Amino acid sequence: MERMVQLGNDIVKLWSTYGGSYLRGMLDTLLLALVATAIGCLIGLCCGILNTIPCEQEDPLLKRFFLKLIRAVVRIYVEVFRGTPMILQAVFCYYGLPYLTDGAMQFNSVWAASILVVSINTGAYMAESVRGGIISVNPGQTEGAKAIGMNHFQTMTSVILPQALRNIMPQIGNNFIINIKDTSVMFIISFTEFFAVHRGVTGATYLYFPSAVIEMLGYLTMTLTASVLLRALEKMMDGPENFDLAVADPLVPGEGMHRYKKNPKEPNSDYRIQEQQAEVSDVLAGKRSGGRRSRKGGHSK
Amino acid sequence: MSQPIIEVKHVSKNFGTHQVLKDVDFNVNEGDVTCVIGASGSGKSTLLRCINLLERPSSGEILFHGRPITARGSNPCEYRSKVGMVFQSFNLFSNMTVLENCMAGTVKVLKKSREEARQTAVSFLEKVGMEQYIHAKPHQLSGGQKQRVAIARALAMQPEVLLFDEPTSALDPQMVGEVLNVMRQLAREGLTMIVVTHEMAFARDVSSHVVYMADGVICEEGTPKDIFENPRNEKTKEFLARFSRG
Repeated sequence: MERMVQLGNDIVKLWSTYGGSYLRGMLDTLLLALVATAIGCLIGLCCGILNTIPCEQEDPLLKRFFLKLIRAVVRIYVEVFRGTPMILQAVFCYYGLPYLTDGAMQFNSVWAASILVVSINTGAYMAESVRGGIISVNPGQTEGAKAIGMNHFQTMTSVILPQALRNIMPQIGNNFIINIKDTSVMFIISFTEFFAVHRGVTGATYLYFPSAVIEMLGYLTMTLTASVLLRALEKMMDGPENFDLAVADPLVPGEGMHRYKKNPKEPNSDYRIQEQQAEVSDVLAGKRSGGRRSRKGGHSK
Repeated sequence: MSQPIIEVKHVSKNFGTHQVLKDVDFNVNEGDVTCVIGASGSGKSTLLRCINLLERPSSGEILFHGRPITARGSNPCEYRSKVGMVFQSFNLFSNMTVLENCMAGTVKVLKKSREEARQTAVSFLEKVGMEQYIHAKPHQLSGGQKQRVAIARALAMQPEVLLFDEPTSALDPQMVGEVLNVMRQLAREGLTMIVVTHEMAFARDVSSHVVYMADGVICEEGTPKDIFENPRNEKTKEFLARFSRG
């Protein structure tokens, strides 16, 4: 109990001094994760489109060669960036570039370097998710799009990817939450996000555990919020569950049905008219019985 | 009088070593309603898919207005925009509403303005009796309604030829009626159609030309009267006898 009180006091002390730094760190973390996930998704979608360009035996040799080349490049990109730690990728970009070019080329801001590394890394994962999403869309959808004359790009952007995107929304959410946490490795190139604040604070105060508690709660708040918002976004993408019938004139019930009477070939047209008439007489009967009831009420009074 | 709109010349199609179409040869004239009948697995659907280039013929060629569309360098997208197709499994875009489904082709492929596309879409949805459902998503509709929307989507491209691949095979008898009525109306208006179907009554009453296929070859073709009243080929006789009995 005593220890808990002690912990509470330490946390309050840390927060009152460094609260601003923690909050700024959280903001930077969120911003980096958001931007990098968005760019990563775009990279993933592009890879998805490039990977699925149809390649047929009848196509000219040059086209087939280019398609094979594109697929190979995408494959290598995915395997390399998915298969190496992000922390080392950051080191390669930020320190390797000036080393190799003898200082001629280097990143002027850690922001640019961090966004680049996290985006490329996310993109590699997303490329595979998008591939899975595209496979999961019924092939009939592609045929339907082709049958009205759409080319590959139009088919992808207006039919397949919107559906694939909906299917991989949980994956995108996954990546966003992973990015919120994993951007912490960007401290290696001295990007001051949420975890770097912890390192700074503990260096000054030696209050390792209380600061870690703040960090834990901070990360959990960010990821839970993200999770709830993503669920809401998914629901929004699904659209309304019901639809309204478009009636030409809402004041005329059954407007738009008139065609059935005009066109005697329509199946069950006689039946429909009978049904409508039956409905009308039902309504009239209902009115009459309702009237009777009210009259009865009058009597009993 | 004039050139046939579609000519299928010596078309064969292999899937691996299995030959599905064997040297198929037939023509479709403008305004014709051609019904392709035959047992399942006889290559009817494959023939239709070849005509729309969803499958590449292994050999032979297909001419559209006398131009070979199977040749290298011809643009399949442009050709498909003129030859519509209606599928057995509807294949409506499930991410779009009924209206968007019918507008997608006109806006993206024909590059019409959204307003114009909307008007076209609504007028064709009216034709198939689905204009009330423009805000619905495909999964909210019944099979017959989906198929009628699919027909409206194909019509919105204002195609020269419309291909139907067993459009009523996935539907119950009442829905079959509503879809066939729409197709009858289109036939009366003079739309060129190629219909793969198991609806013998439709083939007999509506078509101007009937093609009977078995084992990847055309066994017999002619007017509905020829085929249904005095079939000459033994296989045709047997096939039709089974239908009239059943």
